[in-house]
Amino acid sequence: MATEPIVAPDHAIQRAFQPGAALANGASDPDDLGPVPIADPLTATVAPASIGDAGLPAETLRQMYQALVRARSLDQRIWQMNRIGQAPFVVSGQGHEAAQIGAAFALDRERDVLVPYYRDLALCLAWGLTPADMMLSVLARAADPTSGGRQMPGHYGSSRLRIISGSSVVATQLPIATGVAYAAKLRGTGQVTIVTFGEGASSEGDFHEACNFAGIHRLPMIFFCENNQYAISVPQSLQLAIDHVADRAAGYGFPGVVVDGDDLLAVYHAVAAAVAQARKGDGPTLLEAKVYRYTPHSSDDDDRAYRDQDEVKARRARDPVRLFETRLRDLGLLDDEAIAAIQRDINREIDDATEAAEAAPLPDPATYDRHVYAGG
Amino acid sequence: MVQAPERTASAPATTDPDGRDETSMTFVDAIQGTLRDVMRADDRVVILGEDVGRRGGVFRVTADFLEEFGDDRVIDTPLAESGIIGSAIGMALNGLLPIAEIQFLDFIAPAMDQIMNEAARLRYRSNNDFHCPIVIRAPFGGGVHGALYHSQSIEAMFVHTPGLKVVVPATPADARGLLLAALRDEDPVLYLEHKKMYRSIRGPVPAGDEIVPLGVARLVREGTDATIITYGLMVHEATLAATAVSEETGASIEIIDLRSLKPLDERAILDSARKTGKVLVVTEANRPCSVASEVAALVGEEAFAYLDAPVMRVAAPDVPAMPFSPPLEQAFMVGAGQIGTALRRLVAF
Repeated sequence: MATEPIVAPDHAIQRAFQPGAALANGASDPDDLGPVPIADPLTATVAPASIGDAGLPAETLRQMYQALVRARSLDQRIWQMNRIGQAPFVVSGQGHEAAQIGAAFALDRERDVLVPYYRDLALCLAWGLTPADMMLSVLARAADPTSGGRQMPGHYGSSRLRIISGSSVVATQLPIATGVAYAAKLRGTGQVTIVTFGEGASSEGDFHEACNFAGIHRLPMIFFCENNQYAISVPQSLQLAIDHVADRAAGYGFPGVVVDGDDLLAVYHAVAAAVAQARKGDGPTLLEAKVYRYTPHSSDDDDRAYRDQDEVKARRARDPVRLFETRLRDLGLLDDEAIAAIQRDINREIDDATEAAEAAPLPDPATYDRHVYAGG
Repeated sequence: MVQAPERTASAPATTDPDGRDETSMTFVDAIQGTLRDVMRADDRVVILGEDVGRRGGVFRVTADFLEEFGDDRVIDTPLAESGIIGSAIGMALNGLLPIAEIQFLDFIAPAMDQIMNEAARLRYRSNNDFHCPIVIRAPFGGGVHGALYHSQSIEAMFVHTPGLKVVVPATPADARGLLLAALRDEDPVLYLEHKKMYRSIRGPVPAGDEIVPLGVARLVREGTDATIITYGLMVHEATLAATAVSEETGASIEIIDLRSLKPLDERAILDSARKTGKVLVVTEANRPCSVASEVAALVGEEAFAYLDAPVMRVAAPDVPAMPFSPPLEQAFMVGAGQIGTALRRLVAF
């Protein structure tokens, strides 16, 4: 993927930026601030009509589908590797894929900045990390481009791709993202920053500190909450006293939007609108995608202790990958043969990635103390 | 690609365009002049923190900066320490050179995640793909009737954090040189300013952009009979004590100002310990697991055969720093008297 350096040593500082003008803009009309309620995800129907609104070329829709299947298949393979003892620890994003792919396609992945969290396999794949990269990380190989085998899998990062490296601490990425967005605004790079997190993270102080700062300075960014209803075991009802994380946006002076995270195109449209708003200088959006996590929190968790498995089954029946597949079939963009071909290519890519990672060397123990500081 | 800029911020040749005495200035003026110079020299430098703009900082370190540099580079942040450090990290990752001010070191706790888990680990955890060139300035230390929450010396917590650097200037010249070095460093640096020194310590400050390298201690005075190793305000207290004890006993006392707590100048510490054979380590901070403990352990491990006496520490007691009422504060605070008492014992050992 082509990348453009965003650091220009001799850049001129842009002075168009006026803090304090927060509510002077039409986009923050109080009428625009409220969340958009959605139907109960279990009963909501997906209106095929929204395809017509997509304004997306058939080829883009097929790429979205390919990205969905690629993420799901890779995620499943990684989970299986854990279950048969080949990968000591993994974390899965199964169930979140449509939300993540919809978001990824709405941004400029050759310019914008992604500040992800650990459940963003699909988003980071769509942003340019490859199955081979992911497998090197899962197997903690020296060539793992995200951390050289230093971090647990799921801690994505790449300076080349503008994916900011993250920690395991919940919500610390949010203030960092505001700084990235502040620099983009000050330097006039035109970049939009998207930062992702779960609904549990919205209880952390860093969520508040980041949203507040972003609102004050009308930063070009998107707070993308992937609300899967559980923070490990704690249900949403014990995490927030309101129905939607997005409702909190009103307290920060920017719009909050709720979207059905199983509906890829609905997410795409919502994120595209937020990107357009940010790009033209009208500030951030708190976007909440209602999703469901199919797996336990991580490979070390057992969700039977806290989730009714009938609920899991019901949500799996509304699989966002299948929903999108059905839409494209209905539109005549996919048929059995095309689907089989896509799956076959992806399986081969994942097989190759797995074999390459298995054959790749582990880190040299002598390198454990490198890179604590520059030059070391 | 996303990456932090190269540290090239440099200061122009003159440090004091306002016509003050260039050869001697207060500690606070040395810091202010250096900050102003780097803000003028490099548009990527931004200052953020509570009250740094309109108020010019509660200690007036950034007085008039807002007017000169504008509110996009001198950012009065919300009252949110984690947000200050977190956004400074993000700014550094996208091409700026942020200097974050935490108003008092006592209030840095909400930012510990951002400092310890984010800034300090970014380079290591990304296998050198990212780095985090931020400077965090924070006033610290006691003796100013700041009571329990405007007096603390908690530098040891940061010295215990790999990936960070920690510096504590004791003179106006080092305030400038260390700040310039911190600004050019590619890794996060915590720059601690003893608030009692802001206006009580004066000294010569060289113009220009000569740095004081991080990790290099300063020989304050040369001696042969005993060594005091210390930093910050205690350098001045130790000097008073050493002068008094020398006059009384004729002992020749060496004093080393660490300047950098991380990295430590182990060679300077060990060379002096081996030379004098008697070491007193002084810190204003609570004694357990303090910087003094680390220096004492280092000397014990690496210079044991050269020692003529046990390594001694003078430090604050294991009591929260520090009470408000003057007699209580004085009882808590390490000073020249207490250092002198220990030094006499050490010299006589």
